[in-house]
Amino acid sequence: MPEWAAAPAAWLILIPLLWATLAFLFGPRWGGRFALFGITVQSLCAMQLVAALDSGVTQVLPVGGWSAPLGIELHVDGLAALMLLLTQVVALPLMLYTRAWLGAADRAAGYVWPLCGFMLAALHALFLAADLFNVYVALELLGLCAVALVAGDGKPQQLRAALHYLLVSLLAAAAYLLGVALFYAAYGTVSIATLVAVMDAQPPFAVVLAGTLMLVGLMAKTALFPFHFWLPPAHGSAPAPASALLSALVVKASFYVILRLRLTVFAEGDLTLDWLLAGCGGAAILYGSWRAFRCAELKMLIAYSTVAQLGYLFLIFPLLDTRELALAAAALQMVAHALAKAALFAAAGIVLVATGRDSVAALAALAGRLPVTWFAFGLAAVTLMGLPPSGGFLAKWLLIDAAVAGEYWLMVGLIISGGLLGAAYLFRILKRAFAPQASAAVLKPVPRIMEWMAFLLAAASVVIGIEATAIVEILGLVGST
Amino acid sequence: MSTGLIYACSGALLFGCGVAGTVLLKHLLRRILAFNVMGSGVFLILVGLAQRHGEADPVPQAMVLTGIVVAVAATALAVALLRRLAVPAGTGSSADA
Amino acid sequence: MNSAQALPLAVLASSLVPGLIIFALPQEQVMLRSLLNLAGAVVKLVLIVVMLFGVRAGATYGFNHEVIPGLELAFKMDALALLFVTLSAGLWLLTTVYAIGYLEGSPHRSRFFGFFSLCVTATIGIAMAANLFTFFVFYELLTLATYPLVVHRGTPAALRGGNIYLGYTLLGGALVLTGIISVRSLGGPIEFTPGGTLAHLGEGHAGQLRVAFVLLVAGIGVKAALVPLHGWLPHAMVAPAPVSALLHAVAVVKAGAFGIVRVVYEVFGVEFAQMLGVLQPLAWVAALTIIWGSLRALTQDELKRRLAFSTVSQVSYIILGVAMFGPAGTVGGLVHLVHQGIMKITLFFCAGNYAETLGVHKVSGMNGVGRRMPATSVAFSIAALGMMGAPLTAGAVSKHWLNMGADAAGLYWVPWVLFASSALNAAYFLPILYRAWLLRPPPAWPQEQIAAIGWRETAWLLLLPPLITGLATLGAGVFAGFEMSPLAWARLIAAREYMQVTP
Repeated sequence: MPEWAAAPAAWLILIPLLWATLAFLFGPRWGGRFALFGITVQSLCAMQLVAALDSGVTQVLPVGGWSAPLGIELHVDGLAALMLLLTQVVALPLMLYTRAWLGAADRAAGYVWPLCGFMLAALHALFLAADLFNVYVALELLGLCAVALVAGDGKPQQLRAALHYLLVSLLAAAAYLLGVALFYAAYGTVSIATLVAVMDAQPPFAVVLAGTLMLVGLMAKTALFPFHFWLPPAHGSAPAPASALLSALVVKASFYVILRLRLTVFAEGDLTLDWLLAGCGGAAILYGSWRAFRCAELKMLIAYSTVAQLGYLFLIFPLLDTRELALAAAALQMVAHALAKAALFAAAGIVLVATGRDSVAALAALAGRLPVTWFAFGLAAVTLMGLPPSGGFLAKWLLIDAAVAGEYWLMVGLIISGGLLGAAYLFRILKRAFAPQASAAVLKPVPRIMEWMAFLLAAASVVIGIEATAIVEILGLVGST
Repeated sequence: MSTGLIYACSGALLFGCGVAGTVLLKHLLRRILAFNVMGSGVFLILVGLAQRHGEADPVPQAMVLTGIVVAVAATALAVALLRRLAVPAGTGSSADA
Repeated sequence: MNSAQALPLAVLASSLVPGLIIFALPQEQVMLRSLLNLAGAVVKLVLIVVMLFGVRAGATYGFNHEVIPGLELAFKMDALALLFVTLSAGLWLLTTVYAIGYLEGSPHRSRFFGFFSLCVTATIGIAMAANLFTFFVFYELLTLATYPLVVHRGTPAALRGGNIYLGYTLLGGALVLTGIISVRSLGGPIEFTPGGTLAHLGEGHAGQLRVAFVLLVAGIGVKAALVPLHGWLPHAMVAPAPVSALLHAVAVVKAGAFGIVRVVYEVFGVEFAQMLGVLQPLAWVAALTIIWGSLRALTQDELKRRLAFSTVSQVSYIILGVAMFGPAGTVGGLVHLVHQGIMKITLFFCAGNYAETLGVHKVSGMNGVGRRMPATSVAFSIAALGMMGAPLTAGAVSKHWLNMGADAAGLYWVPWVLFASSALNAAYFLPILYRAWLLRPPPAWPQEQIAAIGWRETAWLLLLPPLITGLATLGAGVFAGFEMSPLAWARLIAAREYMQVTP
């Protein structure tokens, strides 16, 4: 067996492609089983990848034995390994949830399994990509799967949201591709590692233009304010399991690319640009929270919360001087938000199944019932508000530490008030748990497994706030504070 | 002005038209078509700029091929969505969206 | 893990684990739930008694857990922590007994007792926190764990009270966080150290240190109900009586007062704080709170609201004691931490008894309750007299030491404040006692729910806790010179904080 075929990284891309195809061929009844088995194997691969990590070293894997520039290379470092592991940790409970959800909601929806599989393959390819063009391909595949998932049951509002999402996504990807073309024209390579070596301190205009185009494209894909407009309709109207996957993982993928490029090709950085990103992030926190506070629909509220939470990720760019702190903060925020947001959407899906309604007010009918779901809401909300003990709190603590190190007091204030705003909109949900018990509103039965999966994700988002050493170790950061 | 640059410049022009169309047009089908124009522009730039040394470079060609496949798939998805949306509503306009 | 590490962990777990199990228990498992609750509370007390003897002999207990490299959840069980932990654990046991009786047959008891246990866990965590990070974690956890208790009844009034409570406490939390940040930005360590961890910074950063002090004290002061941050407390009175008891005597308000003690003594160090000139203003705020709370209490007709304002006033005795530079003031403040807890919880138990047994919620409806419920009323009277500082009660001991502290610190206005407060206390408590004992009962009680059977004036589970705490009020006063009395502990702590011999 050639060396590459033994590498878990390659299998992480192949396995989801394989089970997605099988799921497509054998239909939804078998699709769920393939998916669960596939993700279990992927989890093992991801764990092996993490175990084999060599702190601070990037492992290079030429697929098929062809090396760059003609072949495709996969790069594995701490950040990539963490994201791969996170993807499995979020996807496995969500797949179990989805299986039960398909049963409870009486949906044929055979497309779900192949789409999830292809989406995971795209995510893995993106995290492992070693050149700009592979990133493009993975982004496009990811976008197409995500759009198809949003289209869901084919309700008009879903189709409309999906189509708009698709157009934004294509536009963004095209801008990114144009940037790649300009890079290739300037340096004759798209390999990230090679570009790092040849980048000039004062890059030519074409490269600046390329960087700008790529950044704008990626910002639009990440739904960073002011490019957030497509996200709430898309994530708010998609079927619950799809919303969970999209909000937890897909939007993070394009952020991952921005971060990766900023740390490698654009390691020089540009202060104005960094602050511009942080400014957009800050605006996202305030605007997203405000809209979430005003929302009447439950899933729309959660979607706006995603807009706000993504803002925190962009605050790290001016703080990258304190590299380890800022990176640890971003990684923790990604992990905590992925888990908590997946849990929230999963819980919202349960509300939808039980009451048939997607509104914050409808929650009152659940007061005193479905305690497991309520705890899922509660724990996930604690993480998103950034209250201790939770992963979200730890992320904010590190972020504040980094901001204090740079003496950016405005940012400190923003982070703290962001937490308070989060509490303001999330307690709108939580306080319904204590409403006087609604007389005898008939609830549709909800499979226990759905409730427990939502709870599991939410609990995980809290637990990493107490035990986060592993995350820092995977990242290869030592002594971060 | 080399041939490559001419290609690239027309590509940039097409890209600009495409972006404007995708953003500004109301009719969803037109926006999808505009996206295709935009994509062609990018491909032209990719092929054009890559020829600057006077010899054919296989890497951009491969990229463009991949890009075309992606664009076809995306267009197919967009049209399928549009059709699902238009059949009950009877219109392709996004004015009501 | 040796026993010095295992014991504090076990103290935390003894309420956390039962709490988590209780959440999972179905509503009908009354016996098992009560058993778990009581077992947890008893185990906690036993563990604490073991540590009490250990700490007195000079042993140290504590453990650290690394959250991420460089950031630790650190716990230590020192004399100060033990003072608070003993109070909380003891009163928790009684409150649990009381709550089991009080909530008999009401809905959502699993949820209630689950959060009840979490609440105590958070309080214990606050007490044992060995650095500001740990303190903050448990401080916010306490907010989260008490919110469901405050809104437990789910009525619009309860939800509104809950909103107000959250608004105040979360803002307070944000202030504390800002304060911690400003301490850290000075490069200061955040470990609690006797004598103050910031003392070495000297006066070079006086301005920023003062800002940090104000932020920390204001943030924590929200829970301690310092005027003008006390607004949540009367609104939180919509909660069931055991919750009020918990909020006022065991957990929230106490955690606030305790937090201020830690900040003054172990973050800044009392000598350093005096040098920064921040103690004097703190004493003024405390004095203002004492008077304002008492004045507001005068006009409240609802018994629980009157008691709430009384708490606002009484908790600031602790802060006043802390803010008076000198060991005697410290002793007075610390001993009142315990004494106020015992007395106030008695009053709330009794108020709950009147409401549960007879449906009496208002002071104006208390005519003759002493004849119908003599035992409860005796307990109430003892505690009320204690609050006024009557001889032989715990309150007298507190006031004596506070007066001595004022004398030593040269704050000649403090005795007047204390005197005025006693007079006001008398003005709002004596009419209650007068009505209870000397006026005729109405022909029928508004809602008599528990009939008297011979000597048993109300359910045993409701009657025993206030009797025990009422006796404790007397005991803490009469046996103040005893070796393990709250006063002796307070003196031990003062000795350790000032690094010199106590008077």
